[in-house]
Amino acid sequence: MNRHEIRVPIDSDTDIVTARQKGREMASRLGFTSTDLTLIATAISELARNIVLYAHQGEIVLSIAEDGARRGMGVIAHDDGPGIPDVERALEEGFSTSRSFGMGLSGVRRLVDEFKIVSKVGSGTTVSVKKWK
Amino acid sequence: MQVPILKQRDYLIASVQAALTDADLMQLRDSLVTQVGTFRSRGVIVDVTALDVMDSFAVRTLGDLAHMIRLRGAETVIVGIQPEVAFAMVQLGLTLAGVSTALDLEEGLAFLDKRIKSMSGAR
Repeated sequence: MNRHEIRVPIDSDTDIVTARQKGREMASRLGFTSTDLTLIATAISELARNIVLYAHQGEIVLSIAEDGARRGMGVIAHDDGPGIPDVERALEEGFSTSRSFGMGLSGVRRLVDEFKIVSKVGSGTTVSVKKWK
Repeated sequence: MQVPILKQRDYLIASVQAALTDADLMQLRDSLVTQVGTFRSRGVIVDVTALDVMDSFAVRTLGDLAHMIRLRGAETVIVGIQPEVAFAMVQLGLTLAGVSTALDLEEGLAFLDKRIKSMSGAR
């Protein structure tokens, strides 16, 4: 259990704002540049929005990422929603732009340094991203 | 948080003061689309200087707002997009295509004055 972990429950549009504000605060404490703060907050906003849109509820977990001397920020977006049938397709450029408000996962991937997704139809989706300083 | 809308000459000016939820953004869009009729406004300025994030929903809603107001016969200009926000928007692939933007409120007013003058001249 990471003592620096912050968990934000997501089940409405106000939670999207809360999650990105908490993420920005944490990233600011870690000393990210103002451009990175905005990229991190925007990525969290999109991930939280995907939860609200597709799963209706879930959570965002913010944590400090460490790899040797490297420090950064980790964001995990988790839900127990319907899952994504074709993850490869969901990652294609602009896949969801025409059908929803979400820019899709491809947009989020461009905002961060590491991106991982695990999704299973019927049991939910977990997206883990990292941004290094 | 509701966004205050000020009427100045032929224009409506909406100054976003703090982070907006999706519901706040939709309310702003609907209020402005209605109020251009109520006040017979020729132009609308939405000042987003205070926004530290413009995600896909915000950009989509502001774009819709501008297009809806154009259908009502007025012009919209979005002002005050911060440099970091512009960077994040472009990274995400959000461009606000077809929507007028200006650096700040002053430039926005100048833009509308010029735009609306040229439109009346064409009549």
